[in-house]
Amino acid sequence: MSTIDSTVRHNQGLAGAHDDHHHHELGFWQKYVFSTDHKVIGVQYGVTGLTFLFFGFLLMLVMRWQLANPGDAVPLVGGALRGLFGPVVMTDAGALTSSGYNVFGAMHGTIMVFFGVVPLAVGGFGNFVVPLQIGAPDMAFPKLNMFSYWCFFISGVVMLGSFFVPGSAAKSGWTAYPPLAGMADFENGHLWLNGQTIWLLAMVFNITASLLGSINFIATIIQLRAPGLTWMRLPFFVWAQFVTAFLLVLAFPPLEAAGFMQLTDRVLGTCFFMPTGLVVGQSVAQSWSGGGSPILWQHLFWFLAHPEVYVLILPAIGIVAEIVANNTRKPLYGYKAMVYALFGLGFLSFIVWAHHMYMTGMGARVATFFQITTVMISVPSVVLLTSLLISLWGGSIRFNMPMLFATAFLPMFGIGGLTGIPLAFNAVDLYLHDTYYVIAHFHYVVAPGTIFALFAGVYHWYPKVTGRKMSEGLGRLHFWGSLITINGVFFPMFLQGMAGVHRRWYDGGVTYEQLIKPVIHWNMFMTVSAGLLALFQLPFILNFFTSLRFGQKVGRNPWEATTLDWDTPTPPPHGNFDKPVEVFRGPYEYSVPGATADFVPQTHRA
Amino acid sequence: MSKFLPFFTDRDVPYTVAARPDTGLYSAKLGIWLFLASEVMLFGGLFSAYIFLRLGAEPGYWPKGLLNVPVGTLNTAVLIGSSVTVVFAWASLKMREFMKYRFYMAITILCGIFFLCVKLTYEWPAKFDHFGVFIKQSSAAKYEEFLGNDFLKEKNEEPRWEVTGHILRAPKGSPYGAVAEHNAEHFSHGAGHGLHLPGGEGDYVIQLDAINAKPNSEDNLRPAFWPRPLSSKTAVIRAEDVESASTFVPRHSTYFATYFLITGLHGLHVLGGLVVFLYLWLPFKGGATLYKSNPEHLANRVEIAGLFWHFVDLVWIFVFPIFYLL
Ligand code: HEM
Ligand SMILES: [Cu+2]
Repeated sequence: MSTIDSTVRHNQGLAGAHDDHHHHELGFWQKYVFSTDHKVIGVQYGVTGLTFLFFGFLLMLVMRWQLANPGDAVPLVGGALRGLFGPVVMTDAGALTSSGYNVFGAMHGTIMVFFGVVPLAVGGFGNFVVPLQIGAPDMAFPKLNMFSYWCFFISGVVMLGSFFVPGSAAKSGWTAYPPLAGMADFENGHLWLNGQTIWLLAMVFNITASLLGSINFIATIIQLRAPGLTWMRLPFFVWAQFVTAFLLVLAFPPLEAAGFMQLTDRVLGTCFFMPTGLVVGQSVAQSWSGGGSPILWQHLFWFLAHPEVYVLILPAIGIVAEIVANNTRKPLYGYKAMVYALFGLGFLSFIVWAHHMYMTGMGARVATFFQITTVMISVPSVVLLTSLLISLWGGSIRFNMPMLFATAFLPMFGIGGLTGIPLAFNAVDLYLHDTYYVIAHFHYVVAPGTIFALFAGVYHWYPKVTGRKMSEGLGRLHFWGSLITINGVFFPMFLQGMAGVHRRWYDGGVTYEQLIKPVIHWNMFMTVSAGLLALFQLPFILNFFTSLRFGQKVGRNPWEATTLDWDTPTPPPHGNFDKPVEVFRGPYEYSVPGATADFVPQTHRA
Repeated sequence: MSKFLPFFTDRDVPYTVAARPDTGLYSAKLGIWLFLASEVMLFGGLFSAYIFLRLGAEPGYWPKGLLNVPVGTLNTAVLIGSSVTVVFAWASLKMREFMKYRFYMAITILCGIFFLCVKLTYEWPAKFDHFGVFIKQSSAAKYEEFLGNDFLKEKNEEPRWEVTGHILRAPKGSPYGAVAEHNAEHFSHGAGHGLHLPGGEGDYVIQLDAINAKPNSEDNLRPAFWPRPLSSKTAVIRAEDVESASTFVPRHSTYFATYFLITGLHGLHVLGGLVVFLYLWLPFKGGATLYKSNPEHLANRVEIAGLFWHFVDLVWIFVFPIFYLL
């Protein structure tokens, strides 16, 4: 079959779709709510994810207040919070209680990871951009896609609803370690209606949504690439989503299994994770058969949760790669090496999980294995970061909003990554484990790292979604304000952590003041920085909404980009493309010698 | 499906029926393989929990020989049979022999229903009225006549701490009082009226399984295919000697916890498969009726459901030996 022939076949679907929809216009509900269009679903995921990110951040603001001013009423909103969250979480005077601190901490972690970043990075950007970048009319399974979103939506509602059950939401951290998590939240005598049980139920929905979504991504990328779009012509963002989806498909199910087990431990009285002879309140727990193992949970949890951190970072790197190539007006340096590095990362991320468990007293041999694999995984990570850095070299860089955030991502991710290397070593980790050093390390990866990349993505694709650009002025205020304050939040955590300040302390360390005197004063500095960081999000929120009306109008390809997502009408219609798509070249043909423009779109015939 | 639920709109995405030339797959086939990959990881997680807990169990705390092997074997055979008939169903569609398709699919569905019925009406309920009492190790000597630990030690076998059978009397306040009364009535009908139960208010009285009735028999050392009937002997166990006691429900031990979780999840998969098969067998628009407009599409759907069914079968082929035989 000739290529042209297959182009026609490939695009028949899209032509058909057009015919169809001339006949029946979709109603409001089908068009914007229960839509099967990947673009609508992408926007739904994106907006839900952004909302959750903001909410998770607000929870942390209250916690930061408590850390710097232990026991003091939260200013301005203390009374309102007391009314909203009730007496378990807030005192009558409007201060955070110790249970409340645990609730907010557990929900901050859970919401940021599973309800904020993944839905925005994978569900939002993945859904909107991947089908466009591969020249497809939609995802391979549009109905399944809609189902995934609504399954995720339900999980979010259930998780948020758990704030309002007796005893409030889960308090056992995002890691939900048994045996504590297995016994927590039963004070009010409800078997099902309590924080930790509902946390598990919500996670089952969330995981199911992620699994179905990832299957859809992989099938779409394999099956619906436009003619001529061979594997090594895929934009790097598509590769990143592809590997991410594999991580989700393979790593999430064991956590789902573990979730079922913890659920039966809680509601049926089984002992998967409850050891023999467990002493509760000074007596051995009688009602349990025992025989379970808390370590088993840790294995199953981290078997997911380590790959999960790559799920948080790979789509971010994908976004940054697109933006760097576009704004340096150069091909990505080492595109192929980056693709292979992705696969190396994907594979290795399945055999490093126990580096989170050095404290469990595993034998020296097991620890050695995991130290070696952990050090090995830094190699592909460095390949990715270095390639992006070298890509900047010699470019005449356009520092627009997406590029500012993408550039800042590089050193921030660098700090996060490099500070992780000491943690790979058992001997060092025994000291640093569960201190603020670890909090600082992974937040550099996910906050000024991933979150900045996601901001970059929002600024970059906003024109494609809405037909208008976001304001550069407000954007710059958002960027510089955030960059400075976010370092103010997280950098001192390294200092505190190395001095021994432990995570999950409710009073900011006052109890151990004698031990941590030299660093405790940083609490105030970090809290003020976090407050300012919150203020600097206001220009973004303002920008996001006002640009819908007042942003500068743009055409098909405002960034003069090469990839297929910029080869559609803006915003893309139902079915995406207004012409048959065929690809003739690689993804980043910028500044090709002899070409008429400084970019050659992938659809440009040789 | 699309005509079946409101709010679904059809988008003509390519390769829903015909295969993409360079990958050789239609999309749903790739989708189901990916789904099965995640299922492998799901059951993989559960099976590794089984291994982890079993290897970590203290000697004598991993029950053996409590499941009914002949019934399990029958169910295994039925499930394997249905995996064969579903292939015939698919092949019949490929050869465009619709009546044969209906026939083989019907057999597949019946097999699945049979499997579930055996699980739900016989296997699980038989567990729920069986009772086990783990004796504290410090008190085990008192119950040597039911445990036979000297004999086991001599034979180099793991010790036994549990006495199993039907509960006839439960200590005051125990949640098993009602079950015990019910059993006691049955027992007395069988053994003649006017039965006088031994023991007092603080005791468990158990009508013993054969293994506890004759703990020193060489027969116990060999795995038995046919389950041995309950003996008419009873044991009286003081509540203060008991470590834990329950019917054979998930909380009984990590063994039954894994057994019920894995077979339960497997059963849900069987149920899910059956629902899909029924949909494809009955004259739904996306089911058997699809044959008229697009027989290849129907064949694809059957192929996908069949792949899922094979997986469900495969899981059972792991479940059967590790719970029933090992
Ligand atoms: C920029 C905003 C953020 C701030 C100020 C912040 C701050 C913090 C702090 C201070 C803690 C430690 C609390 C304690 O141990 O007592 C924490 C925990 C945590 N954060 Fe963040 N964070 C931010 C964003 C994020 C993001 C974007 C993610 C994930 C993608 C994230 C994930 C987590 C997790 C998983 C924990 C551990 C929760 C637990 O202990 O179970 N955070 N955060
Ligand atoms: Cu890790």
